[in-house]
Amino acid sequence: MRLALMSDIHGNIQALDACLEHARAKGAQQFAFLGDLVGYGANPVEVLDRIMSLTDQNTIVLKGNHDEMAVTPPLDVKNIGSSTAAWTHLQLGPVQRAWLDSLPLSAQLDKILLVHASADGPELWRYIYDERAATASLDAAAEWPGVRYVFGGHVHEQSLYYRGSTAGLMKFTPQPGVAVPVPSHRQWLSTVGSVGQPRDGKPDAMYALLDTDRWQLTFHRVAYDHDTAAWAIRAAGLPDFFAERLEKGR
Amino acid sequence: MKLLEPGTELDGFTIQECIHSGGMAHIYQVRYSDNRPGPGFDMAMKIPRMTAGDGAENIVGFEVESQIMQVLTGTHVPRFVAAGDLSRVPYLVMEYVHGRTLQHWLDAEMPPSVGQIIHLGVAMAHAVHALHQQNTVHLDLKPANVLIREDGSAVLLDFGLSCHAHYPDLLAEQLRKAVGSPAWIAPEQVVGMRGDPRSDIFAIGVMLYQLCTGELPFGEPQTAGGMRQRLWMDPTPPRKLRPDLPPWLQEVVLRCLEPEAALRYPSGAHLAFDLSKPDQIRVTARGTNTKGTPFRTHFKRWIKAAGMHYQPSPVPSQQIDEVPIVMVAVPHNDVTDATLYSLRQAVARSLGTRPGARLACVTVISPSQTSSSEEHKSETNVQRRYLTSLRQWAQPLDHPGQQISFHVLESGDVAQALLDYARGNHVSVIVMGAATHGLKTQRFVATVPIKVAMDSPCTIILVKQALPFEHLGGGAQTDSDSDVPF
Repeated sequence: MRLALMSDIHGNIQALDACLEHARAKGAQQFAFLGDLVGYGANPVEVLDRIMSLTDQNTIVLKGNHDEMAVTPPLDVKNIGSSTAAWTHLQLGPVQRAWLDSLPLSAQLDKILLVHASADGPELWRYIYDERAATASLDAAAEWPGVRYVFGGHVHEQSLYYRGSTAGLMKFTPQPGVAVPVPSHRQWLSTVGSVGQPRDGKPDAMYALLDTDRWQLTFHRVAYDHDTAAWAIRAAGLPDFFAERLEKGR
Repeated sequence: MKLLEPGTELDGFTIQECIHSGGMAHIYQVRYSDNRPGPGFDMAMKIPRMTAGDGAENIVGFEVESQIMQVLTGTHVPRFVAAGDLSRVPYLVMEYVHGRTLQHWLDAEMPPSVGQIIHLGVAMAHAVHALHQQNTVHLDLKPANVLIREDGSAVLLDFGLSCHAHYPDLLAEQLRKAVGSPAWIAPEQVVGMRGDPRSDIFAIGVMLYQLCTGELPFGEPQTAGGMRQRLWMDPTPPRKLRPDLPPWLQEVVLRCLEPEAALRYPSGAHLAFDLSKPDQIRVTARGTNTKGTPFRTHFKRWIKAAGMHYQPSPVPSQQIDEVPIVMVAVPHNDVTDATLYSLRQAVARSLGTRPGARLACVTVISPSQTSSSEEHKSETNVQRRYLTSLRQWAQPLDHPGQQISFHVLESGDVAQALLDYARGNHVSVIVMGAATHGLKTQRFVATVPIKVAMDSPCTIILVKQALPFEHLGGGAQTDSDSDVPF
């Protein structure tokens, strides 16, 4: 079975559609959206419509911190991250808000645990940037019976943490398009990157495809129409910073 | 796992005789159990002695080998057939390659001739280059892991310590300490660096040294201190042990064994290039020295090595791309100064900012130009004449550190001769005139440059005459004068 892992779409319908098309062409049979469907981007309604229309195909959808903020916008804007939450909230109808609010923070799929941030307290939205945070998440995931893999997003970068022959976790930066063997006798944690707001200097959308028959994980980068996505942000009157970010990929 | 009896069935394969029984694994010849025809070659099954439950380094090495074997292609590695589930029955089925390991030449009563050493060295260098192009570094090359086929080509075996740049390195952690076979591993491996393709060049250097002298350049160290010797110590010059060796061969061997990776051959292709064209090697003191390095020098280097720090290695294919072999086809008749000038400019640009790149200047002459009966047309005299003009042409390009060599090829088919040369030497870029070698580029006629461009194994740069010269020539261009872009 081929499972497409997509996270941090951030209201970017152009990027989402490009990744969905790419994943289908690569034989994806199931989709998992790992949270932060909205926030920052100008098309939250379209993104939710698209994802809600997929839910009959065993699709898994998780809640991210931005989804939570869109349901209940913070009263005072503390940082740039939460500055678009109120706008997003106003765009969504009651059905979409209720659906977003009903999403789980994590989900198990056989040997796989899916979570937006860290399995070590999903509601705390911890960032996994290094081996230490990855170890905490993987250790927490070990409490779930049979789990060997943890997939998440939140950090907008693609990385794979693995355990070598001895104790400690090691971080690996994958090469897009290369199928990496991830045999299930080892433990793995991966951040699959961001579909709708890449931050590594390349504007191409990120997602990952897991082949559970051969246990191979392929990280992908997909070119999409980021000019239109940036234009939509400016047209909606959202901060220019978020538009520029899509153009530059950082 | 204990030794399996012939006739035992395992996952659809029937075990035949045991070919090899080593410390790490048993290797058996196998066939398909259901008598269906084989894959077109003999098959061998490798079964590790330890099982997954033992959790030892051996089984991780087996996992690494099984992952890497599945993606490697080409004639320099055994073809992959099947792999067993590591947690159930670990095994690897691959092509059973017939040949002799390099050990055969080391065990022979007579030391191999210089000609044999060249052949073996070139074969190993080509094999290693093919591996590096696939982003894999072997890291455990030694005579037992190099198989020479009947046709003289080399096949590399045992990828248990190898490193694929695009896979997580499962062995990285224990690599803080040295892993590998002590006699052959490179200095950077001793301090725990994995993944530099030039580590394999070092191992080839050790094997060439063995072929030349029958001895190991750094012995077989048993301790960490003994292994660190190669960070600062020059081995005894091979010519001290075998005085009849030509200085150029010592130059090649000792360049492979340089403690600093950047001073070695930057790729297998570069090494093969030198080994197959000995007369083009610039022999330095490294090649002529027969006394060995004085104690004072070693002592100073020993001090320096104590704080030696190795840079992380570049991705193998990237590393070898940065040191291209540039080939320029220099026409020798019907050619204007403007064309020769433009060609030289283009070569200078493509060598540009790449230190370590090498340039091969090639000209093709017709066999009819030489004659065995007329003295002034004798092969040597004709060759010498063309070599001299090639040297003159390249003179402005020659500066220290740039490696330039000159080759006069004899062939009736210019395009084919250029293509064969490019393929045989892993040339990365061909530079040639767009309207040279006979016919000017025309729409429907396959000229030499077009033929070369169509079948070229690499990038080709077709050079047009630089504009100023066209204008200096005066007059309007006619259609037949201009180069047709394509």
